[in-house]
Amino acid sequence: MFKKPVSSSGKTKIKSSVQRNIRQKICEQYPLLAPVIDDVLPKKAQLDLIKAPDRISLYALDNQVLFFQSHDDAIMPHLKVVHKYPQCFPTVQVDRGAIRFILGGAQLMCPGLTSPGAKLPPAEDNIPEGTVVAINAEGKEHACMVGILKMSTEDIKKLNKGNGVENCHYLGDGLWKLDSE
Amino acid sequence: MSMEAESSAAGAAAGEQPAAPALEPQVVVYCGVCSLPPEYCEFGATVKKCTDWLEANHPALHQQLYSSEALQSKMGTMSLEAQQKAEKDLAKKQQKEELRQEREAAKKKASTVIIKRVERTKRKFVTVVSGVELFDLNVKTVAKDFGKRFACGSSVTKSVTGAEEITVQGDLSDEIMEWLSEKYGVDEDNIRQVDESKKKGSGG
Repeated sequence: MFKKPVSSSGKTKIKSSVQRNIRQKICEQYPLLAPVIDDVLPKKAQLDLIKAPDRISLYALDNQVLFFQSHDDAIMPHLKVVHKYPQCFPTVQVDRGAIRFILGGAQLMCPGLTSPGAKLPPAEDNIPEGTVVAINAEGKEHACMVGILKMSTEDIKKLNKGNGVENCHYLGDGLWKLDSE
Repeated sequence: MSMEAESSAAGAAAGEQPAAPALEPQVVVYCGVCSLPPEYCEFGATVKKCTDWLEANHPALHQQLYSSEALQSKMGTMSLEAQQKAEKDLAKKQQKEELRQEREAAKKKASTVIIKRVERTKRKFVTVVSGVELFDLNVKTVAKDFGKRFACGSSVTKSVTGAEEITVQGDLSDEIMEWLSEKYGVDEDNIRQVDESKKKGSGG
């Protein structure tokens, strides 16, 4: 989504009512994040909306992008948020070989998720298709990617072929660099 | 390793009751060179600079990441073939990055900031500064700084060619030149002063 550097065309302040809506949506989507939502998105804070190309909206607080959303799809967290609260997002792990492809912006293929170095949740904790997940890497402490599951984790195990997770935001992409400037 | 303790504690808490007591945000160190978490520096194109930076700024973390044991355990589960390929790719990438940086440095040396004095009325001038962006400076913030420093109007305008330049109200060529080299470290050899009114021959 952010392979190219993001060229933002200015930012606008978000109405407090819309802001409340966003907050609620985030809480619904990431129930684990709900207890700390006040730390992530303080109630009184003034959120900014930054419009990026392809109808992607970035939600920023004090010039720090916290969440982003394309069209009206699921709201996705910025990797810095994932790094701060790693327990709050569903996570899968890829093997070491896949890391360099991810950092280049590639889609995540199933074999990288099923090999010995990788980790998927057990069958009873099956994550359904379309969920936003944080991707950890073998031997690494922090997440390196945020993506949407193309198939449920059980299907990934069964099929073990093709595109498993859509790469939406990864370390060193346009969005990441926008933030660090 | 406080990280381990923390994550296991959090895991236990989550297991007992979903509404766990307030989670503490983790503090993550980011590399000052490539901005990624240091553990991912090895995949970037500026590995050497990154390791140097880490050693200087966070020696403990450097020890943890780049000790010989750590290097060995890294090899992990990857096959030998895949490893070799990855290494080759990485070396190529690094070379490219180095070349790119060299080119950029050369370009920077050659580029100049042009300070132009433009006549408004007979004895009133504005100063137009262009080429600031070539020195990795944000045009907007520099314009604001000019305004603050010299207590005058200062704005970003588009020139005829579409490039962004800073228009400062008043004749401030010398002051701006000094300020640029003092605050932003732009070499005075790279700054050129042009007087537009003289060129036209209208003389002031």
